[in-house]
Amino acid sequence: MKSRYLFAFLASALATTLAGCVTKPPPYDYSAFMQAKPATLLVLPPISESPDIKATPGTWAQATKPLAEAGYYVLPVALVDETFKQNGVNTADEAQGIPFKKLHEFFGADAAVYLKVVKYGTTYKFVMSETRVEVEARVVDLRSGQLLWEGKAFASSAEQQQQAQGGLVGLLVTALVQQIAGTATDAAFSYAAIANERMLGSPLYNGILAGPRSPLHGQIPTDKAR
Amino acid sequence: MKGSRVASALGGLTVLLVFAGCAQRTPPLYMWEAFPRHQYEVLVRAGGSVDEQILKLEAHAEKAKAANAALPPGFLAHLGMLYLNAGNADKAHEFWLAEKQSFPESSPYMDQLLKRLNPPATTAKTESPA
Repeated sequence: MKSRYLFAFLASALATTLAGCVTKPPPYDYSAFMQAKPATLLVLPPISESPDIKATPGTWAQATKPLAEAGYYVLPVALVDETFKQNGVNTADEAQGIPFKKLHEFFGADAAVYLKVVKYGTTYKFVMSETRVEVEARVVDLRSGQLLWEGKAFASSAEQQQQAQGGLVGLLVTALVQQIAGTATDAAFSYAAIANERMLGSPLYNGILAGPRSPLHGQIPTDKAR
Repeated sequence: MKGSRVASALGGLTVLLVFAGCAQRTPPLYMWEAFPRHQYEVLVRAGGSVDEQILKLEAHAEKAKAANAALPPGFLAHLGMLYLNAGNADKAHEFWLAEKQSFPESSPYMDQLLKRLNPPATTAKTESPA
């Protein structure tokens, strides 16, 4: 009897430990992505459903790093912004509405990243506040117009409470998040980095495939990846 | 510097989050420092003057050189844009060529920018300076 309890305890401990890695959705169909082999990405200004006017620039500026570290050349967003404005394109909706062939002609990118910000900012509920960033992405081949990949992710300050129960790393995350919240006026900008990393980083299970500049290029992320 | 402290805290946080998962991980390809925040400041028209921004990026470039680390895609192009905004078209030209050299994939876009920087005499009249 005792050993059975012990076994059950160990099994549940193991299950808890692995919980972050198991129970994955079915694998993404990468056939179009594999065929297209994009090397350069044009990240378009993100469309925003948030009332916060910093949602578009904040999410846009935080998108380059995960994609570049995934092995892609990412066109410099501040220059792309200037180019759009000089050509009379003043909003994210207008930019994302430009025909893909025209984008390809002008920027020479293989694919475009269409971002949407669903939530961005801090909300106050009674004594609690939550900073939350929710994002969605589509990667579209600018030569064929074909959808290559789509995904979404979020990051929230409410996670720190759960993570604090998860040992030293959780405590450090909590401390750092509090430090950020204490010093930055726009905390959401930091959460945009986390949400984008969770969505656009590599290697991620069912995430964007690694680009030509990554040592992981040509590999499909397994369910052992994040 | 509040901005850089936030940036380094954010950097540390990102690293922690990355290692907290069960990922296999490769070392970073580029030295990022506060480059995303610098891009953000240009997008929201905040941050310091153009000259201050140039100084920060030049310091970043020096640091990367000393550490023999690669600069992120778009970094040199961004710096070229700042120089153009400061009225130094020669430097813009130099850095956009440098971006092309570091990342040949950037050529189509850099060529467009360079063309608009030095419009050929024959088309200068018809093309808008955009």
